[in-house]
Amino acid sequence: MKLLKHGAWAQDTFTPVADDAALPHGAVIVSLTRFQKDREALLERNTPLGVRLQSHENPELLGDDVNRLSLVALEFPKFRDGRAFSWARLLRTRLGFTGEIRAVGDFLYDQINYQRRVGFDAWEVPDRFTLEDFQRALTEMTNVYQPSTDGRKTIRELRAGI
Amino acid sequence: MNAPFPAPVAPNMYRYDEFDARFVGERVEQFAGQVARRLKGELTEDQFKPLRLMNGLYLQLHAYMLRVAVPYGTLSSRQIRKLAHIARTYDKGFGHFTTRQNLQFNWIKLVDVPAILRELADVEMHCIQTSGNCVRNVTADQFAGATPEEIEDPRPLAEIIRQWSSLHPEFVFLARKFKIAVGATPHDRAALQFHDMAVEVVRNAEGRVGYKVMAGGGMGRTPYIAHVMREFVEREDILAYLEAVLRVYNQDSRRDNIHKQRIKILINAIGPEEMRRRVDREFQELKRMGTLQLPREELDRITAYFAPPAFETGLPDTLPEAGPDFANWTRTNVHPHRAPGYAIATITLKTIGQVPGDCSAEQLDVIADIMDEFSLGEVRVTHEQNLVLPHVRKKDLPAIFAKLQELDFAAPNAGLITDIIACPGLDYCDLANARSIPVAQAIARKFADLDRQHEIGELKIKISGCINACGHHHAGHIGILGVDKKGVEFYQLLLGGSGAEDASIGEIMGPGFGEHDIADAVERVVGVYLAQRRPEERFLDTYRRIGMAPFKQAAFQKEAA
Amino acid sequence: MSAPVFKMLTANRLRDGDVLYRKGGGWVLTLAEADLYADAPAAEAALAQAEAELAQNIVVAPYLFDVRQEDGAVRPVKEREIIRAAGPTVRPDTGKQATA
Ligand code: SF4
Repeated sequence: MKLLKHGAWAQDTFTPVADDAALPHGAVIVSLTRFQKDREALLERNTPLGVRLQSHENPELLGDDVNRLSLVALEFPKFRDGRAFSWARLLRTRLGFTGEIRAVGDFLYDQINYQRRVGFDAWEVPDRFTLEDFQRALTEMTNVYQPSTDGRKTIRELRAGI
Repeated sequence: MNAPFPAPVAPNMYRYDEFDARFVGERVEQFAGQVARRLKGELTEDQFKPLRLMNGLYLQLHAYMLRVAVPYGTLSSRQIRKLAHIARTYDKGFGHFTTRQNLQFNWIKLVDVPAILRELADVEMHCIQTSGNCVRNVTADQFAGATPEEIEDPRPLAEIIRQWSSLHPEFVFLARKFKIAVGATPHDRAALQFHDMAVEVVRNAEGRVGYKVMAGGGMGRTPYIAHVMREFVEREDILAYLEAVLRVYNQDSRRDNIHKQRIKILINAIGPEEMRRRVDREFQELKRMGTLQLPREELDRITAYFAPPAFETGLPDTLPEAGPDFANWTRTNVHPHRAPGYAIATITLKTIGQVPGDCSAEQLDVIADIMDEFSLGEVRVTHEQNLVLPHVRKKDLPAIFAKLQELDFAAPNAGLITDIIACPGLDYCDLANARSIPVAQAIARKFADLDRQHEIGELKIKISGCINACGHHHAGHIGILGVDKKGVEFYQLLLGGSGAEDASIGEIMGPGFGEHDIADAVERVVGVYLAQRRPEERFLDTYRRIGMAPFKQAAFQKEAA
Repeated sequence: MSAPVFKMLTANRLRDGDVLYRKGGGWVLTLAEADLYADAPAAEAALAQAEAELAQNIVVAPYLFDVRQEDGAVRPVKEREIIRAAGPTVRPDTGKQATA
């Protein structure tokens, strides 16, 4: 796997940590369970912190802490489970989260454009995936009918010359 | 045959602008790319299946089936001719109109699909979201814009919903499918209350027009009648409200059991009160954000496409005399129109013995000619698998009837016992337990006598080949459900369903009937109605008054007789 | 009482969806020409082989079904497979029955 962030390859500076493992130095990603259990210790560490949410875990469960996080990883357990599309949208709107939203798990090339529209800005992709694939995924459809968190002009706005 | 083609007439319906055309064109190439990746093996079948379904492509018993979207059931003659061309070129010369107002081609090759989609795009058609776990093609009252009953034409709203829901990034991988219907009359012809979500155009106490939103209706394994989510949503808020409902559904629906993932299950698990509360929270936020507010100009702009055609004035407003067959046809298949001198005419695709909803390429071509000559270039598809000419001059009705007779589509049976809904069933469908079409044919033959049909009056028979209920069996006055009994077809009878404004879910009679008994059982049930009815009572009314017992007793009496 | 039950293996061809039946290591278009598997191990082995071949992207959704041999003719046990082998009962002019 490799990490694609803001349209370019990026070094993954976060270490995923299992619920029962000791915390290493540096930036970590923990589960919601671990976060809720060790909340204070994790927030005091003064290193970038990420939480990985399973598809049934609503980001509102993070409460006000969400904006103390650097990263929220949203998991696709199988690509047909589309809840994370709403979670990303909710993070970017109601919760005002400006950190990294990372797509992890089982998703398809064909979903990347939708993911970006609702607020994802980082993807864990297989090694054979290329930057050209990424660009193509985002440009197959030029215009959109509905507003989302990407702020793109909708077809209605383009028609009205807005 | 050698008469000159009438010039194609462009009806008043939505027309693509450069943005719509580009959107559909790019979507076609996107799907063509997915097909190519599948053929090369870059996508597995498991990965490809949801992608192809989202574009209306199924793998059925004998071949691929392609479901073409007919948004809110409206088609132009140009589009009908293109469908005929596709039937001839890529299929076996016919298509099938469905209870979702769509058209299905049964014999499609995967490798041909990109070419077919390009042909459809040429006439502003597509297969986007006609299947899959996404917002499906929007359906509507087939009399929209023509009936005198309606508050306003609901199709502009349907078109706005179509655009908003097309490749909506948040809602293309829902827990299950999501069907939306719109209507605007007290008389519900679109089975609104059996949809995941339905919007009815209403007028509030102050006389303002807005929308009533219902959600959680559905058929299938666990049928439910929809709950009212909100009695009145202001026009400009409607997309925000619909998005709010979908968002709650996407976030909160179960994903662990395919049979419990429709919105009806969510609403009935948490209760309509709690659902309304959750939706309202999202709605208030969306409204505050404002990005989904529908500007008046946009509604007006879309509405202008559907402006009522320039109806001629001074036409005779009486039905012409043209013999007893014509009189019979007008009795059931001709309906009041908003403009004097005009009528709405139903073409039932239910000639005795035919496959309900099937139409050959040749028949489609002639229907296109009839549309151009007599119906301002327009036709509607109904959820009862019929076609409707929405704007015809009363004086032209005899000529239309004569042409329909030549086509063998002049059955005078709209709304009668032989106007049967039947899903494709085991003759085509991979999910089927039993055949539907032969049962429909057998019942239609049994009641072929027209006097007897009129004697029986309004009676809606609806047949599904499995619990998925594409044939709306729960909503039939008489519903028939095919089940599999150790590899042999078997049929359950349901009574008392209705898909109209008096919506109700049919009650199962108990043990079922074999393939050769089911039509006789229906006849015995109808016999009970004829013996027990009071004046003016439809079958449904009598059933509601006297209950299941006498019908059940008669249905199973064969052995005793 | 009734004739013994055998298994056959079927799938749809990826490129056009046509119904195929397994014969040897390949596929044929008609049920009459296809292999009969007399016992469960033989049938399971054929299915496993077909599943292993899925990566070749020739067919999709292979599965076994029951047939009986009566008077020399092979007939599927379930209505579904009878229809699949022949074509829609309501359109005898279409499907495999039309060319037979
Ligand atoms: S009701 Fe069942 S058999 Fe009929 S078309 Fe739907 S899925 Fe197929």
